[in-house]
Amino acid sequence: MADLRINFAGIKSPNPFWLASAPPSNSGAQVHKAFEAGWGGVVWKTIGAPVLNVSNRYGAWHYGSQKMLAINNVELISDRPLEVNLAEIRDVKRHWPGRAVVVSAMVESNPEAWRDIILKIEDSGADGIELNYGCPHGMSERGMGAAVGQVPEYCEQITRWVMDVAKIPVIVKLTPNVSSVVPPAKAAIAAGANALSLINTINSIVAVDLDTLEITPNIGGKGGHGGYAGPAVKPIALNMLSSLGTDEVVRKSGLPISGMGGISTWKDAAEFLLLGASSLQVCTAVMHYGFRIIEDLCDGLSNWMDSKGFRTIDEVVGKSLNRISDFKDFDLSFRAVARIDPDKCIQCNLCYVACNDTAHQCIDLVDANGNLVQPYAYDVRSNGKRQAVSTRAQPQVREEDCVGCRLCYNVCPVEDCIEMVELPSGRASVTWDELSRNKTEVTTDWEAMKKYREEVGIEIH
Amino acid sequence: MQIIQPEEVLAESYPPLSEHEALVEANRCLYCYDAPCTQACPTHIDIPKFIKKIATENLVGSARTILESNLMGASCARVCPVQELCEGACVLNAEEKPIMIGRLQRYATDHVYQRNIEVFRAGSATGKKIAVVGAGPASLTCAGELAKLGHRVTVFEKRELPGGLSTYGIIVLREPVEVALAEVEMVKRLGVEVKTGLELGRNLSLEELRAGHDAIFLGVGLGSVPAMGIPGEEHILDGLNYIEASKMNPHNLEVGQNVVVIGAGNTAVDCATVAKRLGAQQVTMVYRRTDQEMTAYPHEYAFAKNEGIEFRFLSQPLGVLSEGGRVSGLRCVRMELGAPDASGRPAPQPVTGSEFVLKADQVVKAIGQEKPSLAKLLGLATEKGYIKVSDDLETSLPGVYAGGDCVRSRGSASTVMAVQDGKLAAFAIHRKLMPQGVAADD
Repeated sequence: MADLRINFAGIKSPNPFWLASAPPSNSGAQVHKAFEAGWGGVVWKTIGAPVLNVSNRYGAWHYGSQKMLAINNVELISDRPLEVNLAEIRDVKRHWPGRAVVVSAMVESNPEAWRDIILKIEDSGADGIELNYGCPHGMSERGMGAAVGQVPEYCEQITRWVMDVAKIPVIVKLTPNVSSVVPPAKAAIAAGANALSLINTINSIVAVDLDTLEITPNIGGKGGHGGYAGPAVKPIALNMLSSLGTDEVVRKSGLPISGMGGISTWKDAAEFLLLGASSLQVCTAVMHYGFRIIEDLCDGLSNWMDSKGFRTIDEVVGKSLNRISDFKDFDLSFRAVARIDPDKCIQCNLCYVACNDTAHQCIDLVDANGNLVQPYAYDVRSNGKRQAVSTRAQPQVREEDCVGCRLCYNVCPVEDCIEMVELPSGRASVTWDELSRNKTEVTTDWEAMKKYREEVGIEIH
Repeated sequence: MQIIQPEEVLAESYPPLSEHEALVEANRCLYCYDAPCTQACPTHIDIPKFIKKIATENLVGSARTILESNLMGASCARVCPVQELCEGACVLNAEEKPIMIGRLQRYATDHVYQRNIEVFRAGSATGKKIAVVGAGPASLTCAGELAKLGHRVTVFEKRELPGGLSTYGIIVLREPVEVALAEVEMVKRLGVEVKTGLELGRNLSLEELRAGHDAIFLGVGLGSVPAMGIPGEEHILDGLNYIEASKMNPHNLEVGQNVVVIGAGNTAVDCATVAKRLGAQQVTMVYRRTDQEMTAYPHEYAFAKNEGIEFRFLSQPLGVLSEGGRVSGLRCVRMELGAPDASGRPAPQPVTGSEFVLKADQVVKAIGQEKPSLAKLLGLATEKGYIKVSDDLETSLPGVYAGGDCVRSRGSASTVMAVQDGKLAAFAIHRKLMPQGVAADD
């Protein structure tokens, strides 16, 4: 059994899964329930400046039969009285000394306000503080949240105010609504933060109601951008996470990173760990299915770790970071082609249409005798399943023309039906970087490129 | 004793899909390219397209996609043997279970019929006049397609109600009368005139029709259930009349306690179902061959067994027994299968001395239908007794086209095949009348 315990910047937790600062961690009653379900920690819904909330608050993006691939919200930080929150935090920590209780904070941008909130949080017995520099709506209009996170100088200044006061670990939560999360991360590091977390929600307008022409969610006839989160944002979060892990300064700082953004399953969790997160925060999946999902998050992660021989979370963290590379360093001679398993293929022809309409036109339809067949070639008098099924052509890849784009692999609805097979290209390994250094003309002149292709045997149809 | 309400026991067996069911099912469709379901459908409805439109909540577009290929899409959604056609060809048969194409088709077409949404309009007038004889699926499709192309169409129907077998011959469990009549109304709204009570050869002549029209389409179907040629014949009820009574006047349909249905096709199953649902204690289907040779679809056979209907295979009726004018039994002989006959199926031979009597107070026959008598009357060339037609559905009389069951010398008779005939005949008539290809699309 893998050991799922973590020690994140001094904050200990029996497993790496924390409720993210969000509606699920809005009250003591909820957090008690979450801890009973097995959550390792919580980042309390942001406390700080006084606010009033609106309804409707949450919009969602659905696709097909899958509900809530993403949620979008215009909810602000906690609207419950500060003292109520602090009392509940104290109560939770007293009941659950072994769980991580981190409190998210956001106040006006002046040192007194920050000093005041930090002291109050520390007094509650919390294990750590998360600075919310990410809230993209409402609070940012008041100069807080993303308004801070988007300007490295503000980020650094406020973090310094906090670090002057704080005695417990401080996590700086980064906004994704920037062209790069690295400068704000560096600012936090420069100010002495103990850890980083990302991503907060992404600016979004989730839908327009086609009956009323109103924005979703509709707030008395108005609407606006809200924070986007959930499964759909995971790839964006993974990229931002890896951009920290591959940055020299961030890496050398040794600051642990709490990862979040669409974590719904143990598989998502494992990916975040592999790209450098050492604690994991979850919100949308819990808002969709409740606290009970913690069981499979831990169980699945533990079983996967066992199967891979990982004994501790630390052994997993960052294991795939060394594979993150720039395009210029990819091997241009690496060759993969698609192969369709005719025994598994159900002849839906989704690979065929995808390849022929939108990719590289290297899948054919072939009949039982190996002859090429055009789609929709049957006679109008054809009828009945026997004729349709018995004459159904088989999609087949012309491997010599396949560029290995992998689109067919992605659209195939059958498990393990299309395989990307690695084939020798017959060419020496070379990167674009090497080409631009050693054969500069090839990278700047089409004629030279043509000659080079002929020389090494690259044919593009 | 429990009182049987025919409206309840004979009501359409499948409930409509709820919006949720339809969306979940539509989203399950893979949206195959050059999909086998579309090929398997005799009218080649672009099934992935109409299902995708359900998924995107474009129900009018979905219904239009269906009706563009199959004007009787609401009937076909209910009566098609989908297991043998679209659903039987669904690629998901290999992985899980096929998409419920029929029920999704019903969901989309019901949407437009229930809201009186006009999916098509009549084309701009061409000045051409066409007579359509019969008002079943082939005729209505032909008439509707021609009206869409701008032709003036008059339908001549011998019965009181149009709709053909959809109206009179398919049990309500599968298709309520209202569905068939809604399709008739749709065709009428395209400008087609429907005249009922007019029968070719009785109060309508071919000469009349030819004089007043540029082309004629015959969708006259087939005749009554043929005579058995056995003693007591007069006691045997015609299965089609039996079904008709169950639709038009179910309260007055007298159903026996021990009903024997002769035949093992889909109509026979329908007759047996009606009898069972209306209170018969025992319903037995008698067939001279075995379940391997019977023409009822496997799913119909399974349905019948589930209804509690019994089967007596390898049994040949010899005569109806009666006492005091009332049926008391059906005398049969056991059969055994011999060498293949003309149909390619093993020929049943009577087993000497194996006669037996099935207790019965009602005997219904559903052993197919008489070949179209009109062919002889009009002097049309025939093929195996059916009206012979070219690839363009033209009969031996130039300008006279035919389609539906009356030309079904090959393949099995079905609503959807009739629709395809009507559609192809309409296009052929249009090509003939409008050689320049005027108004080929709307």
